[in-house]
This record gives sequence, C-alpha cells and structure tokens, in this order.
Amino acid sequence: MKLTSTQNGGKLTLAIAGELDHHEARALCVEMEERIEEVLPRDCVLDLKELRFMDSSGIAVILKVYKHMNALGGRLTVRNVPDQPLRVLDASGIDRMIEITAGEPD
Amino acid sequence: MKELNSMRLEFPSRSANEGFARAAVAAFASQLDMTLTELGDVKTAVSEAVTNCIVHAYPDMIGTVHMRVRIVDPETLEIQVKDKGRGIEDVERAREPLFTTGGEDRSGMGFTIMESFMDEVKVRSKPGVGTAVTMRKKIEKRRPVR
Repeated sequence: MKLTSTQNGGKLTLAIAGELDHHEARALCVEMEERIEEVLPRDCVLDLKELRFMDSSGIAVILKVYKHMNALGGRLTVRNVPDQPLRVLDASGIDRMIEITAGEPD
Repeated sequence: MKELNSMRLEFPSRSANEGFARAAVAAFASQLDMTLTELGDVKTAVSEAVTNCIVHAYPDMIGTVHMRVRIVDPETLEIQVKDKGRGIEDVERAREPLFTTGGEDRSGMGFTIMESFMDEVKVRSKPGVGTAVTMRKKIEKRRPVR
C-alpha cells in the first residue's frame, strides 16, 4: 500500500496504490488525514488508478475522508476506479453521496 | 453435490493474513475457468469473511481461522470460513446493511458485500462457541477438473 500526494493550489490529489483491506486501512487513514490537515484543500481527489484490490474496509476509509472534507467545507471526488473496487463501491451505495468516476477503458 | 477437489487452510487471526487468505483462495480457484470479475468477487467475499473473524470473533486475542474451499459439481466454488470465537448474538441483525459493532473504522457492509458477490451465503453462529460462514458461487464456464 502506497500513498502519493500532489498539491496544486487548493486541490489535493491522493493516489492510493496496492491493496486496501482492514490490515492497511488504519495507517492509510492516518496518513491521508495528516495530508488533508496540512494542506486544508478545497478539493480533494482520491485517485484509485493503481488500487489493485479493495474490500468494505475501503468504504469506511473513503467515508472518513468524505466527512473530513465536509467538515472543512471542501469537496471529495473519487477518480479512476478500477473494476473490482468499483463493484464494492456500487454495492455500498456510497455513490449516492460521493462523486465517483470509473477507470478509463484500456 | 459431488466434490471434485478441495483444500483446507488454517492460520492465526492476524490482519496480515487477510491478503494471504485472498491470494490462497484465488490460486486454488485458478483451476476453474473464472472471469476476472468472478475472481475479484470471490477474493472480496473471502476478505470480508476473514476480516469478520479477525475483528469480531477474536476481538482481544489471536485465535485460529479455519477455511475450507471445495469445487463441487455442478460448477460451483464453495468457501467456508469458520472460527471458534465470540459468536454472533443476532445473525439477522448482523447481516443488515450498515449494522456494525466495529465503530467508525468499519462500514457495516461486510455481509452485504458477501451476499451481493456470492450466490449463496449461510451463517451459523452460537455465542461463545463460534461462527461458520459458508458461501457458494456458481462459475459459468469451467474446464473439467482432472
């Protein structure tokens, strides 16, 4: 699991690579919250292009970031979601609250 | 249902084994002609069931997680994940979407995801004795197992 963050003005992009499960969730959450607190972005983008696997632990992580961004009066979008994580997000109904776009087809 | 092949696995309820359990089941299931989507569904369901053992069955201790995976005729992958942990007081309630006793680190979507990704999910549990989750998924195209 690897987190790469890029700041561009008021926009913070957090790119997550690897497998996101319960084992990885807590450390990832702490790291993402720290980045958000440092930057205090208006827009936060979670880029999941390199996310090879995600289970329901990832839903809790995304909801936490969403609540954090809401508390800051900012916005969260989730981008480039590969097929397997997208199926998990679809099953959770989280797309009713958060803007989610699928990965571009190869 | 006729059993064509099977494997058993047991490991301590350490969270590092969540990825191991997914990978082991995926490797065993590779003898079936599964699509990437089907394989992803199976790995996700395994991850949810094993995480439940680690988080809920053995909350303050390291216990043993028992897995049995079978290929049964006709064209079905069956996965059982069993623990001798705390058990579930109210199985029906535990299966409801968003219900969790795990606080805000958990989404409460584990059973919902198992149910939507597998064709059948059976849960047997007794408080103080343990829980067995048995899931089945029908695989559409299959090479014969020799």
